[in-house]
Amino acid sequence: MSLVDDTATPAPEKPRHRPARIPRTPMPERDAAKRAKDFEEVTLGYTEEMARAEASRCLQCKNPTCIEGCPVNIDIKSFIGEMINGDYHAAVAVLKERNALPAVCGRVCPQEEQCEAQCVLAKKGESVAIGRLERWLGDFDLACELEGRCVPVVGEDTGKRVAVVGSGPAGLACAGELRRFGHAVTIFESLHATGGVLTYGIPEFRLPKHIVQAEVGLLEEMGVEIVCDVVVGATYTIDELMAEEGFDAVFVGNGAGLPMFMGIPGENLNGVYSANEFLTRANLMRAYDFPKVDTPIWRGRKVAVVGGGNVAMDAARTAKRLGAEEVFLVYRRTADEMPARKEEVHHAQEEGVEFKMLCSPVEVLGKDGWVTGIVANTMELGEPDASGRRAPVCVMGADFTIDCDTVIMALGTRANPLLPKTTPDMELSKRGYIVADENGATSKPGVYAGGDIVTGSATVILAMGAGKRAARAMDEWLMGTAR
Amino acid sequence: MFPIVHARQLSDAVFEMGVHAPAIAKKAKAGQFLMLRIDEDGERIPLTFSDWSAEEGWIRFIFMRVGKTTHKLSNLGVGDSLADVVGPLGVPTHVEDMGRVVVVGGGVGTAVAYPVARAMCAAGAEVTVIVGARNADLVILEDEFRALPLKELIVTTDDGSAGRKDLVTAPLKELCEAGAVDHAMAIGPVIMMKFCAATTREYKVPTVVSLNPIMVDGTGMCGACRCTVDGETKFGCVDGPDFDGHAVDFEELMSRQRVYSDDERLADAEYDRECRCHS
Repeated sequence: MSLVDDTATPAPEKPRHRPARIPRTPMPERDAAKRAKDFEEVTLGYTEEMARAEASRCLQCKNPTCIEGCPVNIDIKSFIGEMINGDYHAAVAVLKERNALPAVCGRVCPQEEQCEAQCVLAKKGESVAIGRLERWLGDFDLACELEGRCVPVVGEDTGKRVAVVGSGPAGLACAGELRRFGHAVTIFESLHATGGVLTYGIPEFRLPKHIVQAEVGLLEEMGVEIVCDVVVGATYTIDELMAEEGFDAVFVGNGAGLPMFMGIPGENLNGVYSANEFLTRANLMRAYDFPKVDTPIWRGRKVAVVGGGNVAMDAARTAKRLGAEEVFLVYRRTADEMPARKEEVHHAQEEGVEFKMLCSPVEVLGKDGWVTGIVANTMELGEPDASGRRAPVCVMGADFTIDCDTVIMALGTRANPLLPKTTPDMELSKRGYIVADENGATSKPGVYAGGDIVTGSATVILAMGAGKRAARAMDEWLMGTAR
Repeated sequence: MFPIVHARQLSDAVFEMGVHAPAIAKKAKAGQFLMLRIDEDGERIPLTFSDWSAEEGWIRFIFMRVGKTTHKLSNLGVGDSLADVVGPLGVPTHVEDMGRVVVVGGGVGTAVAYPVARAMCAAGAEVTVIVGARNADLVILEDEFRALPLKELIVTTDDGSAGRKDLVTAPLKELCEAGAVDHAMAIGPVIMMKFCAATTREYKVPTVVSLNPIMVDGTGMCGACRCTVDGETKFGCVDGPDFDGHAVDFEELMSRQRVYSDDERLADAEYDRECRCHS
C-alpha cells in the first residue's frame, strides 16, 4: 500500500491522449505460395511496436460505441487505454474481465462485423484493428511465465457443484465464469481433447492448437476440472449427473451436431466427406502426419468443396495443404452473399482456391465406388429470400460437370440427438435444438444451455457470450439471489 | 488412462481384451460399442462390447489383428493402459421375448452375438445360435455360448474342421424352411450379413444386422459411418449400429469400408518393420 494519502494529493492528471493520425497497421502474413504447403499459422500477429502504433489510433471516445458491438461487451476503450499507457498486464486484466480466451477470439472473431464495425473511425475510414490488438494481448499473456499471467480471481467456495457438458467456446466461457463465482466446476468432454470446434474444426493454420490448450490450461489453473472421454447422454445422463453424481446444476454446450448432406445421388461414394469429418481427421487426428500418426485421410488431387461459410474456406484451404492440385469452391450464390469472413475468402483466393460461383451440385458422379466428378446446375440470383439474401434460382438446361476425385460438403449441421434422447423432459425446437431463454434456462430446472445446440451453427464469440450469460443466471439460481 | 485388466489370445489373430472403465460398464447394453484410442498418435476405432461387469467395473471387446491399430492393440497386455475409451455408444439391440430367435455370429462378429444371445435368453426368447468361422481355430466363445440356456448351438466352418462344413446360411435356411424362426439377428462380416439377410428375406423373417462402418468420433459429428438404409442415409453411430437387414445397401457399405485399405496396409507394414527393428 502506498504511504501517501491519495485523497490529500490527487494524482497528477495523465497527459491527454492524442490519437495518432496514421493508417490502420497491417498485420504481417506469410507468403501465400509458401503457407499453402504447410499447416503453420498464416497471420503472424503484430510486433509490440505495431501494437502500440495501432493502439495509438484509438480516439478513446467519451461514449465508446465499439463496446456495444462486442457480444461479451469487452471494455475495449479501457484495454486499449492501458496499452497506450504501456501497461500490458493491466490491459490483459481488462480483457479477461469479459473474455477468458482473448488469444482465440483475437484470431477467429468476425470483428469487422462486431466491435470494429461500431468504431467511430470506421465511419470515415478504417476502424482501429481491435481484434489484432486483442490477439496481441492474448499472445502477450500466454508468452508470460505462468506466475506473470493474468489468472482471474476465483470467488469464495460456495459448496455448489456444476457440470458443464462440452469444452468448446460455450462450455469454456461458462466454466470460467462459474468458477469466478466460487462454484466447483467439472467439464465433461466427449472427445479425447478439449476445445470443441476450436480443436477439431478450426485448422491449425488459423488457430494453433497450442494456443487453445494454453487458454484451456488457464481454466484448469483456476480449478476447473476437465474430464475427457465422457459423452453426456451416453456415459451419464443429465438426470444421473444431478441425482447420482452430485451436481446441483448442468450447463449444456455440446455444440453443433450432425453434418448435413444435400440428399443428392452419389453422396455416399468414397471420396465424399462432410467438412466435419475432413477437418476432424486433419485437425484433431493430425492425419496430415500420416503414417507417423495412425489416422489416414484421403488426399484428393482435384477437390470440390460445396458451401460458402468459414467451414468451407477451412476445408478448401486444408485440402490445398494436403497437396491437392486444384481446389474448387462450389457455391450457389455469389461471393458477395457468402457467409464466410472476407478475410478468409481473401486468404483462400490468395492460396489458389478457385471459386465456382452460382452453381449447385445435383449429383455426385462415380466409378467403382469412387468420386469422379459432380454435375452442377448453373444458378442466377432472384428475389431476396427469408434470409434477406437474393435467392439462387436454377437456370434451366445449363448443367455442367466438374471433374474431381474428392467432394467436401460444408453445408452446416443439424442438432445431435444423443443428449436430448436421454433427457425427455427438456423442451426441444422443431429442428431438435434445445429451447432456452435469453439467460440459457431450459424447461428443465437447473439445466441451462447455450451455443450452437441452442442457436444452430453460429460463431465462437456468440457461444461464449451465451455461456457467460448462462453462468450468471445459474449462479443466481444456485445461490437464490442475484449478485 | 484406461488400464487393461484382461488380455487373452483366442486364436492366431483374434484377441479378447478387458479394460477398467466403471462408468461405461455401468451403462453398457447388448449391441452397443465403444471408441478407443491407444495412444497420443493413435486413431479412434469403434469396437462392439463382447462382455461387461457393472459390479467389477470392466468392459470387454474382441478384435482381429488386421491393421496397425489392432496390431498395436494385440501387443498390449495387463498392466498397460489405453489412452481413451468412450461409450457406451449406439442404440442398444432391441431385446424382448420375440419368440423363436436365431442369432448368427460370423468371425469376430461372434463376440457381439454373445451378449445379444444372452440378453435374448434373459428376455425369455427361445434362442438358437449359429456360429460360423473359416476353421476350428477361429471359432470363438463356444464355451460361453454353451453356458447359456440356448435351444441349440450350431457351429459351422468353411473347412469342416469344427461343426458342420457349411456356411452359416445353410442352417439358417433350414430353420427358416422349417418355419422355426420369428426373428433373426446377424452380426459378422458384411458379406455374411448380406447373405443372411438374403436368406431370411425369402421367408419374410424380420432380420436385424449390426453394421460396422468406419467412424471417427462415434457420436454423430463426422458422418464417416453413413450408410443407406431403405434408400435413406443413416449414421451408423447414432441411428445404428443395428438396422433392418432387408433394407441395408450392403454393396455401398462394403465399398465404403475399403476407403483406407491402401493406407491401412502401408501403416501396418511400417509398424511391422518398426517392431522387427526393436526386437
